[in-house]
Amino acid sequence: MSTARPISEDDLHAFVDQRLDGARRNEVQTYLDAHPEVAAQVAAFQHQRDALRAAAAPIAHEPIPPRLNLRHLMEARRQTRQWSSWRSMAAAVLLLAAGGAGGWSLRGQAPEEFPQSTGVAALAHEAAYTFGVFGMDHAHAVEFGAADKAELLSWIASRIGRTVAVPDLAAAGYSFMGGRVVATAHGAAGLLMYSNDQGERLAVLVRPMAIDQDTRMAEHSFGDIRGFAWARKGTGFSLVGTAPADLLHPIANMVRQQEGSVI
Amino acid sequence: MAEMAELIEPIIPALRRYARTFVRDAAAADDLVQDTLERAVSRWYQRRPDGNPRTWLFTILHNLAVNHLRRAARRGRELALDDASESDMAVSSTQEDRLRHDDILAAVGKLPDEQRSILLLVSIEDVSYADAARILDIPIGTVMSRLARARARLQKLVEEQGNPASEKPYLRRVQ
Repeated sequence: MSTARPISEDDLHAFVDQRLDGARRNEVQTYLDAHPEVAAQVAAFQHQRDALRAAAAPIAHEPIPPRLNLRHLMEARRQTRQWSSWRSMAAAVLLLAAGGAGGWSLRGQAPEEFPQSTGVAALAHEAAYTFGVFGMDHAHAVEFGAADKAELLSWIASRIGRTVAVPDLAAAGYSFMGGRVVATAHGAAGLLMYSNDQGERLAVLVRPMAIDQDTRMAEHSFGDIRGFAWARKGTGFSLVGTAPADLLHPIANMVRQQEGSVI
Repeated sequence: MAEMAELIEPIIPALRRYARTFVRDAAAADDLVQDTLERAVSRWYQRRPDGNPRTWLFTILHNLAVNHLRRAARRGRELALDDASESDMAVSSTQEDRLRHDDILAAVGKLPDEQRSILLLVSIEDVSYADAARILDIPIGTVMSRLARARARLQKLVEEQGNPASEKPYLRRVQ
């Protein structure tokens, strides 16, 4: 006679759920063979379990609806993160401008966060996050005001290696406020800021282009910031603002028409 | 990111099945699964890397589902009997001996939430007792006692369904 552990109710449920190892399972089976009333109860639980599984099985065989498509959810998540990373990159631009080269470690993460981190697409991103910082800054939107235009243009020219002129956007109701040099992932860029008499701002970002040296104008939008970017003869331009795209488009055309004065 | 998709995607059908059998409302169940997946995607790198993704996902889903039922119960109490439409009255009148699928799931719907969850996880989703204890955040002894009560109670409910004389109309709304 063996000195087996007594059979517990837990054993019976584990028997139903097929959670027992072989030896214990045999012990329970031997017990059930000797106790028909308990065996009937266990059989009822087994039947109940089978019925539940059969009833629920079709649910798992239904095609997955689009809103539960993980790829879509991951893509939505990536876009949200990208926008928030632009905001943090914009903050980093401030640090770079203030602290020199201390922020270069950011370059390491840029390719992952910016899938289109080259050419005019990159320029458009840079314009958006730069505008996200300086376009919203009421005390220090510009380093040099319109009165110091010559000094500003000299600074920009020395950093981006080409001469920039200030487009005249008075016909669209925007006057030149001033500007600054800003840091981007692709080196220095010139930022020219404008505002209209309602205080609404827009900005033009200019920098040399290694890729996409001549590119047609393309619309872009990141959150509330919209704009148009293009490149000509190795110089990239992006006009950005919070105005609707159909208002910004003719202004971008004005900038492009005057770009002959930008050598 | 590719690893996340490979680990999560095969579990989605089971998540839908648990959500629907637990809350008994297909649209609300998919809402809960969607919430679960969104949370999983955003918190993927915060989970314990040695943990079982399936257990982790079921834990998130179960907690969301319990909150959903709690809110639904609060609203349900405000629903007067006269306002209840026909479909809100979950009355079974079948006299067939054979258990129809809808019947046993309807009977499961009458179990208390804490008995229903353990029964579904163990019987349908093949969750181990230890993982069920983690998902439900209860000791394993409680898992076993609730499972025993759930099975006994469900057996009784199914027997009552086969005998309409003992059926009492009751109000149920999980929207």
